[in-house]
Amino acid sequence: MSKIYMDHAATTYVKPEVLEAMMPYFSEKFGNGSSIHSEGREAKKALEAARQSIAQALGAKPTEIYFTSGGSESDNWAIKGAAFSRMDQGKHIIISAIEHHAVLDPCHYLKKFGFEITELKVDEDGLINLDDLKKAIRDDTVLVSIMTANNEIGTIQPVEEAAKIAHEKGVLFHTDAVQAVGQIPIDLSNSAIDLLSISGHKLYALNGVGALYIKDGVEIDNLIHGGAQERNRRAGTENIACIVGLGKAFELAKSNMESESKRLTVLRDKLIQSVLAEIPESRLNGHPTKRLPNNVNFSFKNVDGEAILINLDLMGIACSTGSACTSACTGPSYVLQALGMEYRWTNGSVRLTLGARTTEEDIDTVVGALKETMNRLRMITFKA
Amino acid sequence: MYNDVVMDHFQHPRNVGDMADATSVAEVGSQECGDTMKVFIKIKDDVIDDIKFQTYGCAAAIASSSIATEMVKGKTVTEAKKLTKNDVVTELGGLPDQKIHCSLLAVDGILGAIEAYEKNK
Repeated sequence: MSKIYMDHAATTYVKPEVLEAMMPYFSEKFGNGSSIHSEGREAKKALEAARQSIAQALGAKPTEIYFTSGGSESDNWAIKGAAFSRMDQGKHIIISAIEHHAVLDPCHYLKKFGFEITELKVDEDGLINLDDLKKAIRDDTVLVSIMTANNEIGTIQPVEEAAKIAHEKGVLFHTDAVQAVGQIPIDLSNSAIDLLSISGHKLYALNGVGALYIKDGVEIDNLIHGGAQERNRRAGTENIACIVGLGKAFELAKSNMESESKRLTVLRDKLIQSVLAEIPESRLNGHPTKRLPNNVNFSFKNVDGEAILINLDLMGIACSTGSACTSACTGPSYVLQALGMEYRWTNGSVRLTLGARTTEEDIDTVVGALKETMNRLRMITFKA
Repeated sequence: MYNDVVMDHFQHPRNVGDMADATSVAEVGSQECGDTMKVFIKIKDDVIDDIKFQTYGCAAAIASSSIATEMVKGKTVTEAKKLTKNDVVTELGGLPDQKIHCSLLAVDGILGAIEAYEKNK
C-alpha cells in the first residue's frame, strides 16, 4: 500500500539538504560554541551563519534572533518573559480564543501571579476583529499575542494591523508564527511585531530547535537561566547541528517560497473544491482564501472524526482530527468550537496538511478515500 | 491503538441497519460524549430473534455496538439483560483506558430496547 502523508502541520520530514548541512556537526565539527579553541570557534561560526540565514529570510537583524528548543519554548519565553518584565506596569494580556496551547497555557499560568487574560472571539472563519482588539486594550494591558496562522484551520490573522494597534497604545505584540514561517512571506524589517515564535519541525528542519525573534530594544525577562549563551538571554549550550539545519531550512524556504506556495495553493484548492462538490454534508473550516497554502480542514456531518481518521489510516493516509475523543471526552477542539458550529459538524473534522512531496495524484487519491470513508461510515451512523 | 477484534468489528460491523417490523426501538446518548445509538430488536417467545443498530461515534463505539448486538442475539430477554460494559470490553479483547466508556453506549442501547419491550408487553 502506498502511503500518503497529509499531516505536515503536525511535523514535517527533514529535507535531505537540511540533513546534509547538519551531518558534519555531530562527530566532526562537534565543538561547544562557547569554547575558545578552534573546534569551539568553528561551532560558533556555524551558529552565527545560521542566525544570519534566518534573519535574512525574515527581514530581521541577526541580533534579533535567539535560538530555543522549539516553538513551545519560544511562546513560553515571549509570554512569560514579557509579562514578568512588565508586571509593575500592569497585569492584563490579550490573546485570541484560538491560540495554540503553548500560548494559552502560559497565559493561564500567569493568572496565579494576578494577571487577567482577555480572549478575543473569532468569527465563523476564525478571524479576529480588530475593533474588538482596540476595545479590549486597557491602561494595564502589557501584551497582545495573536497567532500569525492557526495550526488547525489555517486561518491567517491580520497580525501586522493588530501589532500597530497594540503599539499605538504602547503595548508589546507577540505572534506565534510556527505554522506560517516558511509558507507565507514574513517581513520584519518594517514591522510593528516585537516578538515572533519559530519552530524547526514545521519547515523541514528537526524538532527540538526553534527561535524567538525579539526586536532590538525590546526587553523581556529570561526564561532559561544558567549561562551566557545567546547574548546572556537564553542559557544552554547551543544545539549546533539542529540550528545549522534550521538555518538551511530557512534558506530553502526563502528561495522557493513563491513557487511552492503557488503550487500548494493550487493543490489545496483542488482538494477543497473536489470534496465540497463530491461529498454531501461537507464543509470547509477556516477562511476560504486567508488560509495557509498547505492547510485544509473539513467537517463531515454525522461522522465521528476519529472514525474517519482510523479509516483513512487503514487506506495509508495520515492526517489528523480536532475531534478525538480523549480521556476526559471533552469533545471537539476549542478551535472548532470557537467557530460556532454545532456538535455534529465540529465532531467530524479532518485536517489535511500538504507538503513539499504532495502531488496532484495524492489529492485525487485522498478525495476518493474520503468519499469511500464517508459512504461507509454514514451507512453505520445514527443520523441526528 | 485498537486490537484486531476491535478493528474487525469497526471495519465490518455486524447487525448494522434498521428494522421495519421491530418489536422495540431505543435511542440512547452517551453521558460522557456526543455518541448516540439507535437499537431495533425483534423478540419472539421472549428471545431476541433479530437485532439491528445505528451508531454515531468513534471506532470503539461502533465496534462495541457491533459485538454487543452479536452477544445478545438469540438470547432470552432475561439473559440479555445481564449484559454489562465489562462483558463487552472483555469480548472485544480490551479497549484503551480512555475508550472504556464508549462501550457503555451499546449496553445502554440494548437494555433500553429491552426495557421498552417489557413496558409495552
